Amino acid sequence: MPLETIEDKKRVLREMLFARRFEERCYEAYVERKIGGFLHLYPGQEACVHGVMEAARPGFDYVITGYRDHIHAIKCGCDPKAVMAELYGKATGCSRGYGGSMHLFDVEHRFMGGYALVGGPFPLAAGIAKAILMQGGEEISICFLGDAANNQGTFHETMNMASLWKLPVLYVCENNLYGIGTRIDRSTAVVDQYKRVCGYNIPAVQVDGQDVEAVYEAAKEAVAHVRARKGPYFMELLTYRYRGHSMSDSNAYRPKEEERKWSRRDPIIILRDRLVEAGAMTHDDYKRMDDEILDEIENEIVPFAERSPEPRVEDLERYVLADDDSCRRA
Amino acid sequence: MAEMALWEAVRRAHDEELARDPMVIVMGEDVGLAGGTYKATLGLYEKYGPERVIDTPISENSFTGLGIGASFLGVRPIIEIMSVNFAWLALDQIANTAAKVRYMSGGQLQAPVVIRSPGGVAHQLGAQHSARMEKVFMGIAGLRVVTPSNPRQAYGLLKSAVRCNDPVFINEHEYMYNLRGEVPDEEYLHPLEGSEVAREGRDVTLFGYNISVHWCLKAAERLAAEHGIDCEVVDLYALSPLDRAGIARSVAKTHRAVIVEEAEAPCGVGAEVMAIINEECFYELDAPPVRVSARNVPIPYNRTLERAAIPDPDEVVAAVLRLLGR
Repeated sequence: MPLETIEDKKRVLREMLFARRFEERCYEAYVERKIGGFLHLYPGQEACVHGVMEAARPGFDYVITGYRDHIHAIKCGCDPKAVMAELYGKATGCSRGYGGSMHLFDVEHRFMGGYALVGGPFPLAAGIAKAILMQGGEEISICFLGDAANNQGTFHETMNMASLWKLPVLYVCENNLYGIGTRIDRSTAVVDQYKRVCGYNIPAVQVDGQDVEAVYEAAKEAVAHVRARKGPYFMELLTYRYRGHSMSDSNAYRPKEEERKWSRRDPIIILRDRLVEAGAMTHDDYKRMDDEILDEIENEIVPFAERSPEPRVEDLERYVLADDDSCRRA
Repeated sequence: MAEMALWEAVRRAHDEELARDPMVIVMGEDVGLAGGTYKATLGLYEKYGPERVIDTPISENSFTGLGIGASFLGVRPIIEIMSVNFAWLALDQIANTAAKVRYMSGGQLQAPVVIRSPGGVAHQLGAQHSARMEKVFMGIAGLRVVTPSNPRQAYGLLKSAVRCNDPVFINEHEYMYNLRGEVPDEEYLHPLEGSEVAREGRDVTLFGYNISVHWCLKAAERLAAEHGIDCEVVDLYALSPLDRAGIARSVAKTHRAVIVEEAEAPCGVGAEVMAIINEECFYELDAPPVRVSARNVPIPYNRTLERAAIPDPDEVVAAVLRLLGR
């Protein structure tokens, strides 16, 4: 799914706007206590996953990420209804109600999950890449994580192995400048994240993560490199999340001026304005698109989650171990 | 039946599984070119190549995670953690990913990895190389834990673990790699659940696992010869899940139980077996069950202190005599 033509751009604009509205609706459902646990929302960062995945093959390439995972799952092909149902803890959810917001899975679409230990997916993505090499496929492994994950040991340990063994894995660092509530320059000696992999001989690039077309152009090269089996690649996307780290975060640690500055570089507005300037759409078209999305969320997605059944208590111990018991008894 | 050392049995299991399934790989520190710290992979690097017998950097958490990630796609990694003490570093990936991924994905993903690691108190290795971690692993839902006491089990448990769709932790013992025993000539898959009666007896059951099975057997011989006490020895080769029925069956027969473990008592195998006895067969007991465990100390370097920190057959004998009021 390339981002080349006007039609591609309109489609991606719609997908990013859908992502924004979907997350905003999750926020409301959380406030209404329909969604429990922790909820990490994506608004502000939409150009990251969309730009990268337009250059890759969603549903074919393997994707793994952290707990801010709703839009990554949807971009891989997971039905947004199944995502919302999962957030509601329903049996129709993409993890059958066993995972929740932080643990979305859709293995059929090769979305290999959201994981909630910061930095945990680094080696898992490398392992997926190792399996791809063994099985001789053309897939690549793509790992999306935030900047703060790079301060975990798994980052350095895995970059070393991925480079040493030339694994077909693309690491995408969505640098939103904050690790929970701590600003990057207060936690991290080297603020430019792409510089941190040069010690592992991994090609790396820093890109404006608010411009989906810039992300896409950079990702084309990254994906081509990895798919050509030249080894891992690292992308740093400079971005910003509009909300707190999670819903339990008052977001009081960020200067208002900083928030205003980033809101003027909204990834959806940037792409919309380009399309309007190019005469490809009008503000009315955009408004209509938005209305359609809101209608779909309100009248299809939320009701599906609301009406879906709960998982059965009888199944509480299901999925702890494998169903087949061939290895258990003599 | 050929007699072989435990390390040879483990090596044979690796070799056969690597030959059987091209998706089986072995990874760990020094498992390749060096042939394995305890020779468990000797010659396999030359036979199967560096892509399948993989020398890893000293990055326990990440190479374990890498193996787990590969297993998502059907690769069957046998991960060797050189010493169980280093498994603390890999605990995040073992407990948070391997053990939970089937559950939190609603059954979509599985992590069929085998993690082998030697632990236990060996030759004055000091506090940071003498851990007994089985109690840590057996408390993790979604992870199987087995622990061989002889070459036959070491061979058959590893082969079954490779084919099992659950993550399996195999707790070996640094002291036991040269232990010799019979292993079937034909392929043998040992069940990952259950227990084995290592010695039949009537008067008291000695529960052991791994090295402590041998202490129990030695104690049983002495108790029979010197005191006329007929001990049953039950080998709990599966620590998770524990064989509740097997434990209850033996206690219902002997009405007395001694649990022998090389690890410290708190939250350990002994505590768990006692709880199972309470839950399953309390009214069968003629006397309160007894634990013979290590002292609750970091293992000291000094040889005398080191030996004093862990049980031995003498302590088992003494515990049985106390239990029987002799």
